[in-house]
Amino acid sequence: MNKILLIINREYFSRVKKKSFLLATFLVPLFFIGMYFAVFYLTMKSFEDNHAIIHVVDQEGSISEQLKSNKNITYSFSKEDLQQQIEELKQKKKNNNLLIIPADFYTSRRIELLSSGKPNMATQGEVRTQLRDIIRNEQYRKMGFNVDSIRNIDDKIQIAAKEVTETGDAKESHTEVAMGIAMALSFLIYLSLVLFGTQVMRGIIEEKTSRIVEVIISSVKPFQLMMGKIIGIGMVGITQFALWILLSFGLITIATSALLGNKDTAQQAMEQSMPDMANAQIEASKSGFDISAALESVNFPELLICFFIFFLGGYLLYSALFAAVGSAVDNETEAGQFTMPITMPLLIPYVLSFGVLVNDPHGPIATWLSFIPLTSPIAMLVRIPFGVPLWQIIVSALLLIGGFIFTTWVAARIYRVGILMYGKKASFKELIKWFRRSA
Amino acid sequence: MLDIRNIVKQYSNHRALDDVSLHVPKGSIFGLLGPNGAGKTSLIRIINQITAPDSGEIYFDGELLNPKHIERIGYLPEERGLYKKMKIGEQMIYLAQLKGLEKQEAIRRIKYWFEKLNMDTWYDKKVEDLSKGMQQKVQFVATVVHEPDLIILDEPFSGFDPVNAQIIQEEILELNKKGATIIYSTHRMESVEELCDNIALINKSHKILDGAVKDIKRSYRNQTFTIEYEPKVSNGLTLTHTDLFEIVSENTTEEQTEITIRIDASKSLNEILLYLIPQVEIHQIKEIIPSMHDIFINQVTQSSTSNTANHE
Repeated sequence: MNKILLIINREYFSRVKKKSFLLATFLVPLFFIGMYFAVFYLTMKSFEDNHAIIHVVDQEGSISEQLKSNKNITYSFSKEDLQQQIEELKQKKKNNNLLIIPADFYTSRRIELLSSGKPNMATQGEVRTQLRDIIRNEQYRKMGFNVDSIRNIDDKIQIAAKEVTETGDAKESHTEVAMGIAMALSFLIYLSLVLFGTQVMRGIIEEKTSRIVEVIISSVKPFQLMMGKIIGIGMVGITQFALWILLSFGLITIATSALLGNKDTAQQAMEQSMPDMANAQIEASKSGFDISAALESVNFPELLICFFIFFLGGYLLYSALFAAVGSAVDNETEAGQFTMPITMPLLIPYVLSFGVLVNDPHGPIATWLSFIPLTSPIAMLVRIPFGVPLWQIIVSALLLIGGFIFTTWVAARIYRVGILMYGKKASFKELIKWFRRSA
Repeated sequence: MLDIRNIVKQYSNHRALDDVSLHVPKGSIFGLLGPNGAGKTSLIRIINQITAPDSGEIYFDGELLNPKHIERIGYLPEERGLYKKMKIGEQMIYLAQLKGLEKQEAIRRIKYWFEKLNMDTWYDKKVEDLSKGMQQKVQFVATVVHEPDLIILDEPFSGFDPVNAQIIQEEILELNKKGATIIYSTHRMESVEELCDNIALINKSHKILDGAVKDIKRSYRNQTFTIEYEPKVSNGLTLTHTDLFEIVSENTTEEQTEITIRIDASKSLNEILLYLIPQVEIHQIKEIIPSMHDIFINQVTQSSTSNTANHE
């Protein structure tokens, strides 16, 4: 077997077999699933908490037909006796109300709202608004206005935000969703580049301080050892991401179908007992599906491919730099002075991604940063959810490849000298000297 | 086995090796001696192709040293090191594979060595769980497991207790007997006399002495003898006034006298005996041969003073 393969093999399996790797692989998706469930649960709960059922006793006679059920309130009308209804209300759980509209409602403008629990402020407000509109409309009618034309006067303005693409068709843009994805990607790639880069550095420091490096480079070339380590750890990173994505999708699919399955049966039961409430719930879930429609507008396969390309490129570029640092120092505390300037070009687009980059993803700053190899892994990924021309992605990727070939070349020269320098405090001047010496 | 010709290695602020040439005969145990910082490690790293010399060349078994020789060399560095968290068994297989062994072959040979050195129970242990001496043993096996033709041992006995040091020494001799050439770098002169047939002494980047141990020792003889005797005449005899030899030291007890003499270069031991026999009853006579230790100290201080003299 080729020796570099042996090294990759060791670096890869010694990490993948670790308990911490397995733990991270399963815990992170579980965390996401947990979040998913929590959001689902909280939405359902708040829906149930705020939803009121109002039984209307309409003594005036013409009001009940003008009341409209919505996602917060379900009206029900019955011709039962008032006293009997009050008795029934006492038996019911909270969020059941009894609205009594007196016969002289239009003149007295007074109503009574009886609640099974504490009167809910939101419900009161909603009822007040609806009744006020009813009175107002009645007034308009009496004054001889056409109610519909009055309505039109203060109608809200609706904006249809659409993005014009090169092919000419306008597709609806979901800027908020793109922003969210961009920030999440920026965070993910920043974190993983620093994380795996540091692992490369640690591995090298370990070999250097344990002195095994001398045994190994008497068998293989220093470059083989360095590249073997970088590739091995990079493969660990890719394995980790692939497992996360697979597990997350798998678990979410299972969880969703389980939840939806439950919802169906719950809904059936509800429809039989309380048809109105069930209807309201369906409406509510319909309005919630807007987000998933927006998510569908994002090109996930493209995003995924670009993520892997730019993660890999960025990883190779930065891990080479981390490798050079690892070879130059004797312990991790000493490494601090070198890792700071290395992570700086990562930190800049990361910080900017929460402002300039998402607000103006095609502006000059974002465009330039997405071409410079040091910053492009983050900057380009932040821009991609907003739609980036293919040629820009390709140019940026090519520059990134050039970038990591360059950093690897520089790092290898420093590494070769550095790993054999024990107990010598390195400075930048020293590193340059080593670089020259390897010529 | 190894022909080292005019090696120069220059670091930014000092010259580690200055025109060093050596010949390591095939099948020998070759002592590479010198004080700390003399350039031994630099030379060993060049032989291992860890670093390259600035000029000069090395011939390995008649061929110019090249990467394919790596698998025929076993190297035990002075600074020992293994992966602390890796299991011993896996680690040994890994290191053996890096030296070009097939996995199955590696497993077979590791098994052989572990049984031989009573390490069978160590396979699943981690290095951090072993004592320092045990780690040294593991590292020794890692050095020789691929049956190299040239074994380079840098201070192989440091960290061993006397029992294990003895075991390792026997293993080294056995490997040598089977045909391996051994380069043994050390400061421990007593073991050099015991083990080495050839040596080279390096000081301050220069080779100052090399050759077969017995030749070197012979060349350092200076006609010095210890003689134990009993005076034949009871009133004694004074040996002081003679131009045959010079008395270096004298020690008289009731039974006998012991003197150390240095003979004039033009005289032979037989002439001295002719002079002594009529006068005293000789019990024992022994030539004093300088130890490697003495030669080492002598040479290093000499070359150092001459160096300083040159600088001034």
